[in-house]
Amino acid sequence: MKRLLIACLLGLSLVGMNRAAIDTYQFKDEAERERFRSLTAELRCPKCQNQNIADSNAPIATDLRREIFRMLEEDKSNAEIVDFLVLRYGDFVLYKPPVDTRTYLLWYGPFALLGLGALGLVVLVLRRRKVENNPAQVALSASENQRLQTLLQQNSQDPK
Amino acid sequence: MKRLILLLPLLLFLGIALFLYRGLFLNPQELPSALIDKPLPAFSLPDLKDGQRLISEKDLKGPALVNVWATWCPTCKAEHQMLNRLAKAGVVIHGVNYKDDGAAARQWLQDYLDPYQVNVADPQGSLGINLGVYGAPETFLIDAQGIIRHKYVGAIDEKVWREELAPRYQALLEEKP
Repeated sequence: MKRLLIACLLGLSLVGMNRAAIDTYQFKDEAERERFRSLTAELRCPKCQNQNIADSNAPIATDLRREIFRMLEEDKSNAEIVDFLVLRYGDFVLYKPPVDTRTYLLWYGPFALLGLGALGLVVLVLRRRKVENNPAQVALSASENQRLQTLLQQNSQDPK
Repeated sequence: MKRLILLLPLLLFLGIALFLYRGLFLNPQELPSALIDKPLPAFSLPDLKDGQRLISEKDLKGPALVNVWATWCPTCKAEHQMLNRLAKAGVVIHGVNYKDDGAAARQWLQDYLDPYQVNVADPQGSLGINLGVYGAPETFLIDAQGIIRHKYVGAIDEKVWREELAPRYQALLEEKP
């Protein structure tokens, strides 16, 4: 039993060894490490599409991590580093797409729909309120009243 | 008129549904290249065959295909015969040997024939990154001025050549003054 437990524990320790992408970079300070961490987390790997550059094991992600580290060493700003990648790989590498003519629908479409829905609701409520406050308007006109009376009379004359 | 307004939510729903339905059939692996209509990035890298000779972007004369390949890439092997056939038919093909071992690459060209006119050795993948390469094989179509006009990711076969690359290549040939 004890052996089995040890075997299991050893087995478990192997899990994950191959999974995390491990590089060794020597950062100047904690701030640089933090920038590297946040940049690789917010940029998307162009090869394995649902992973960021930090998590991906694809060779291209390794290369891009190295490039990002190199640019950090060269004291490039975050914006410069992101631009470098966008110039080569396109907006695809950004998890957060930029606001421009192609993405207006994406960014503002939901708000437009929400506004449209709200407008519809307001119109509906106002209309109903108008009717409730002013029951005279729903009252039947003279000719309609007359027609109602005849219908009721007919109904009472020949009950089915 | 009032009836039409009542139909509006339905129409809106249909519009969005159609839009999303179409999205189901797009290939997410197909990324539009950010380099279309831009010149080839500047580089200075050794010739694969003659390590002493340095090649720059000016040596890749267009109109031509610039094919990013490597011996570690099985899909490259699959497309290699097609490239040989194209080269035989007179299509200009340049190669970028991407993150590869030079000796293995030279051996490969001996074993499987060499369709490339100029072959750039890019062992570090630096040109690859500047070209926005994220996996071999990738093929760029450049015009006579060295401007990238089209990019194809994946193996070139008969169908891809006939439908996607040949018409564009032909157009570039005719464009040449």
